[in-house]
Order: sequence, then structure tokens, then C-alpha cells
Amino acid sequence: MATAAITAERENYLNREYGIRSWLLTTDHKRIALLYLLSITFFFFIGGFFALLIRLELLTPAGDLVQADTYNKLFTMHGQVMVFFFLIPSIPAVLGNFLVPLMIGARDLAFPRINLLSWYLYIIAGVMMLHCILTGGADTGWTFYTPFSTAFSNTKVVEAGLAIFVSGFSSILTGLNFVVTIHRMRAPGMTWSRLPLFIWAHYATSIIQLLGTPVLAVTLLLVVLERALHLGIFDPTRGGDPLLFQHLFWFYSHPAVYIMILPAMGVVTEIVPCFSRKRIFGYKFVAMSSIAIAVFGFLVWAHHMFVAGISLYSALIFSILSYLVAVPSAIKVFNWTATMYKGSISFATPMLYAFGFIGLFTMGGLTGLFLAALGIDVHVTDTYFVIAHFHYIMVGGAVMGYLGGMHFWWPKISGRMYPEFWGKLAAMIVFIGFNLTFFPQFILGYLGMPRRYWQYPPEFQVLNVLSTAGSTILAVGYLLPMVYFLWSMRYGKLAEDNPWGASGLEWTTTSPPPTFNFDRTPEVTWEAYDYANIAAPEEAPVEQ
Amino acid sequence: MSNSPIAVEQHNPALRHHFADMEQQRQASSLGMWVFLATEVMFFGGMFCAYLIYRYWYFNEFAAGSRSLDIWLGTINTAVLICSSLTVALGVRAAQMGKRKLLVVLLLLTIVFGVAFLGIKGVEWYTKFQEHHIPGSSFSADNLIKEYPQIRIDPSHEQIFFSLYFAMTGLHALHMIIGVGIFTFLTYYAWKGRYTPEYHNPVEIGGLYWHFVDIIWIYLFPLLYLIDRKPLK
Repeated sequence: MATAAITAERENYLNREYGIRSWLLTTDHKRIALLYLLSITFFFFIGGFFALLIRLELLTPAGDLVQADTYNKLFTMHGQVMVFFFLIPSIPAVLGNFLVPLMIGARDLAFPRINLLSWYLYIIAGVMMLHCILTGGADTGWTFYTPFSTAFSNTKVVEAGLAIFVSGFSSILTGLNFVVTIHRMRAPGMTWSRLPLFIWAHYATSIIQLLGTPVLAVTLLLVVLERALHLGIFDPTRGGDPLLFQHLFWFYSHPAVYIMILPAMGVVTEIVPCFSRKRIFGYKFVAMSSIAIAVFGFLVWAHHMFVAGISLYSALIFSILSYLVAVPSAIKVFNWTATMYKGSISFATPMLYAFGFIGLFTMGGLTGLFLAALGIDVHVTDTYFVIAHFHYIMVGGAVMGYLGGMHFWWPKISGRMYPEFWGKLAAMIVFIGFNLTFFPQFILGYLGMPRRYWQYPPEFQVLNVLSTAGSTILAVGYLLPMVYFLWSMRYGKLAEDNPWGASGLEWTTTSPPPTFNFDRTPEVTWEAYDYANIAAPEEAPVEQ
Repeated sequence: MSNSPIAVEQHNPALRHHFADMEQQRQASSLGMWVFLATEVMFFGGMFCAYLIYRYWYFNEFAAGSRSLDIWLGTINTAVLICSSLTVALGVRAAQMGKRKLLVVLLLLTIVFGVAFLGIKGVEWYTKFQEHHIPGSSFSADNLIKEYPQIRIDPSHEQIFFSLYFAMTGLHALHMIIGVGIFTFLTYYAWKGRYTPEYHNPVEIGGLYWHFVDIIWIYLFPLLYLIDRKPLK
């Protein structure tokens, strides 16, 4: 390699050691991040495969590709894999793992071995899930509703439940590591008000992971005990109450949505100031809105149960509280917009994803308000409107944020630039494919097409065909980055230390960083997002 | 450590490479355990929540089930656990003062108390097994209905009480077993003399965990054993 000879390749975390042992027994947070990257990408494509089968089945009104039982399993496994094995670990375990120590000037996370343990727990859970899928899978929906899950289903509910139980511990340990690291490992001068907002977002996420996940764990444990050992907790024939299950389940699973979206908001908050060349507008508001989302997120769970038979008064209160979540979310959207106002905006790939995120998240959030309204919710409960709404948040929001972040930090992670033309093209394809897939579903749901059915009346076919067509475009958009990221690892242009002219300590070290991140512990004397004092890169670094 | 770019003078061998000093390491590990205990509170919290609701709905059955538990064994177990917490607290102090032998003795005592607790718990469960109080197809509340004719008992609601009883005490016992495992490691390393007044975080955070499991029992005991013990008319 000629370039290596010229620049006398520095020792970094990638070339310091080689061999399978140096990866599987590493305690370096950057290497663990890459282990996570590989494993969640694997599960992303498994979950995506199920999604494509679902969309193919819905191409025609009749149930011709699969029958009802198989269809039930498809959407169950799509949900379980995507939620627990891709979305929840996606940004925190990959980008968060890589960046939290770098951004606060630490040499590693507080507990490097626990970090590795959390990846192994994830892998154990993943193997259990794969085994469950390959030997028949579950058909309860990702929500495990009782008494169907504990008394009636003939599928592998216990195994799926235990897999998710174990993956929960992986998530808890990641959150624990982040909280302790952010509290105790900050470099001198890195005060709370100088932290990058990515860190604030991860701090809020970690709080949810820590306080929510154990409740899901114990709930799933009770489901497993009720099904396997015949304890009576939720099954009405044994004196139990299925509504209690729903309360306990959503106590975690609603905040889980914020586990997915808050880190993506953190990513967008890093990208927008960088490509607008301006300090973030209203730093403290953006930071506190992350905390507010985490706190409010715990108080709105019963809006998933408006038609399940809860009392009207508690429904009223949960409806009002659900509206309140819109306030901190809107603060973020307004502050990103205000940051861009009169900024000098460049349309690099990460920024395209950030734009996509802001638009799609706003749509997902606003339709969430429809669902928080008691009257409209009765009309659209369990229809494709709900499906479209949460896919706008989880795919349009969280996955866009994840991809934006991957492009933004790829030079730091790999030491190479990805091809900018292909990056922009993929971003456009993802945006178009996404909207074509999910926008028709809003209309379908509003017209009354219910979720979780393998057949539908013929008058819904046109919109369903649009949606299926969109999903194939979306699949191309997701495959492209995988191809050119791999390509760039060998053929990409060598990245400078700070190719974007971005603020943040991670850009002050080399690309890729050395094993201990910094040659000497940095001392922070400047405020966050100090773009007034950072020169923009002279030429766009990515043009070939 | 040889890869560390900065050679630190008087480097404590227990200091891990990514911490600046022993104080930071101690604070991090202790905060880590506190945060973990917060998740444990939520973990048990889900079950306490279920308990709260069903006890409110099915008070009669809960009271009858509670009467059938052996209050003497429960009380002795409570005393055993409180003693174990004392030995843990004294053990942490012994570690701080660097008294190796005393530390080993106190840790061993803790393990003995822990195992005694589990043994007594096992005896109680065995009695329940004989009384057909294990939830499932062979569950029967007949002996309770016969014994307390004054209380109206629905067998399926009675089964909920025992489901929660076994789930809660079972999960607590699992935590005790993990605790005994942790303390076995601590005793081994204390015997080897790894803990010094400068470095004894493991004893400290292991102790935090033990106290937490102890506190859970302090709540479980009245909630399960002492629901209604007034003499029946």
C-alpha cells in the first residue's frame, strides 16, 4: 500500500492486534462497538427479510404466499428481532459504545469487561432467538399478550421470552456503563454544560434502559413461569388479570420507543450544527428536553390500552400526559431548525439523513398526537395507521438517525471516507422508499385496514401494492451503504482527523483513534459546539 | 500497563488502566453497584405491583394463605438475614482496616448465615409441596377451606397468592444463591490477601448487594407472612 508507506501508518485500535482472539476477548470499547455493529447488522437483515415476506404476502388481497399461522409468526418475529435485536442496541451499543468515552475524553468506559459481557449476553440471546426462529418461532405478536401467550399459543413462546429476557440484561449493562462513565470519567474541564448533546441523549436513554428494562424482564419471567410452571398471574381462568400484563409490558415497552429515538436525536444534534457551521440553538433546552422525554416517557404507557378496558378517568389522564411528550420533542425540532436558520448549510450525506430524520420524525410525532386523542384512537386502534405511525418514528426516525450517524463517524471508525456520491444516492433512495412504503399505510389504516391480518378486502390493494413496491426500494437503500462501507474499508480515501471540521473531542484524536483514545488526557477549555472558532474544511473532504 | 503512555509513579497494581487514580476507580465501582441496585428495585417492583393489586382484590385468600405460612421459620429467617448483614458490615470495616483474618472469618460467617437461610426456606417450600400449595394442576386449597371456614376462599384466587409467594421468594432465593457465590469469591481473594485498606471495592460493593437482598426480605416477610394474624372469631 503506497499511502501507508508515505504516512507511516500509526498504531491505532484496528491494527494494534490481529486475530480472532484479539477481537473476541477485547475490552476496548471501540472494538466492542464493531462487534455490535456486525451482530446488529446481521439481525437487521433477518428482521428485514421477515418484513419483505410480510409485504410480499400483502401484495394481493388473498392469502396466497403464506397462510394465517405463518403470517402470525412472520410479523411476530419481525417485531421481536427488529425491536430487541436491532433498534434497542443500534445507536447506543454501536455509536454510543464507540463515542461516549471519546466524546468525554476518557480512555474507555468505566467497566470495560462488563461492556464485553453485555455483548456476549446479546449474542447468547441472539442465538436463542435464532434457534427459536429456526425451530418454529412464536406467534404472539412482539407484545406477548396474555392469556394467548400463556394458555393458548402452540408456538415457542417460552424460548422467545427467555431470549428477550437475556437481551434485556445486555441492554441494562450498557446503560449502567454509560451512566457511570458519564458521571465519573469525564476529562478535566468537561463539565455537564460542555457535554456534547449526544452524551445527554445517551444519558437519558440509559436511565430508561436502567429503570424500564427490569420491569419487562420480570414481566416476561412471569409469562414464562405461568406458561411453563402453571403459576397463575395473568390468566383469567386461574384468577389472574390480563390487563395487569398489559400495564407491566407497556411500562417498559412505551419508554423503549424513547430508547430507540433519543440516541437518534443525539446523532442529529451533532450533525445539524456541524453542517450548518453554527452553535446549537438553545443548548440547555435540547439537553433538558432529552431528560424530559425520558421522564414523561414513563408516564404515558396506558395510551396503548385505551380500548383494552381501562377506566375512562385513567384514560383521560394518560391521554393528557401523552400530549405532554410532544413538548420536549417539539423543542428539539424547533431548535434544530433554529440552528440551521442563517447557517451555512452543506448537503453532505449525514446532513441528508438528518433532514430526513427531522421531517419523518415530525410526521411520526404528529400522528402520535392523533393516537393520544381518545376519540380518534378508538377509530384507528389496531389499524395500519398505528403501524405507519410507529414506523415513522422507529424507521424514519431511529434508523435514519443511525445511518446518518454511521456516515458522520465512519471516517473516525474506519479511518476511511465512504464514496460521497453513493452516500447521497442511498440517502435519497432510503427517503423515497421509506415514504412510499409507509405513507400509504396511514391512508389504509384510516380507511380501516386492520393490522396483523394476512388477507384484506380487494379495495385496499392499490395502496398495498404501493407499499410493497416502496419496501423493495427501501431494501436497496439499506443494502447500498453496507456495500460501499465495506468497499471503503479498502479503497476509500484516507480520512483526516477531522474531515468535517466538527467540534467535539472525538475529532481531536487520530482517525482511527489509538487504543487508549488520546495520547494524553485532554483538557477542555471551550464550550460545546464552538463553531465560531472552528474553521470549515476548505474543500468538501469527500469529493473524489 | 507497559503500553500506557504515561508511567505512573507508585502505581497501585489494583488500578485498572483506564482510571486516573484509585479514588476515581472506587467511586465508579460504587456508583455502578448503586445504579445496578436501582434496576433491581424496578425488577422486584414489577412483582410488588402485581402483589399490591391482587392483595387488594383477593384479600381473604391472601390472608388465609398468609396464615398457612410458618411464622416461626419466617421469623428465624429474618433474624438470620439481619445477623448476616451485621457480619457483612463488620467485614467491610475489617477490610478498611486491613485485618485479613477477621475479614475472612466474617465473610465465612456471612456465607453460613446465607446457606442457613436457604436451608430453612427449602424446608418451608417442602411443607408447601406436601400441602398441595404448589400452583399448577395439583394445586388444592381444600385444607385451607377446611381450616378457616370463617373465610370465604376462591381456590383460583388462592392460587394467585401462592404463585406470587413462590415467584417472589424464589426470585429472592435466587439472589441469595448469587450472593453466596459472590461471597465465596470474596472469601477466596480475602484469604489470598488481595484486599488492602487502599483497595477493597469488591468487598464494599459485594456488601451493598448483600444488604439489598436482605432489605428485599425485610419487605417480603411482613407482606407474605403477616397479612392478617388476628385470632379468628
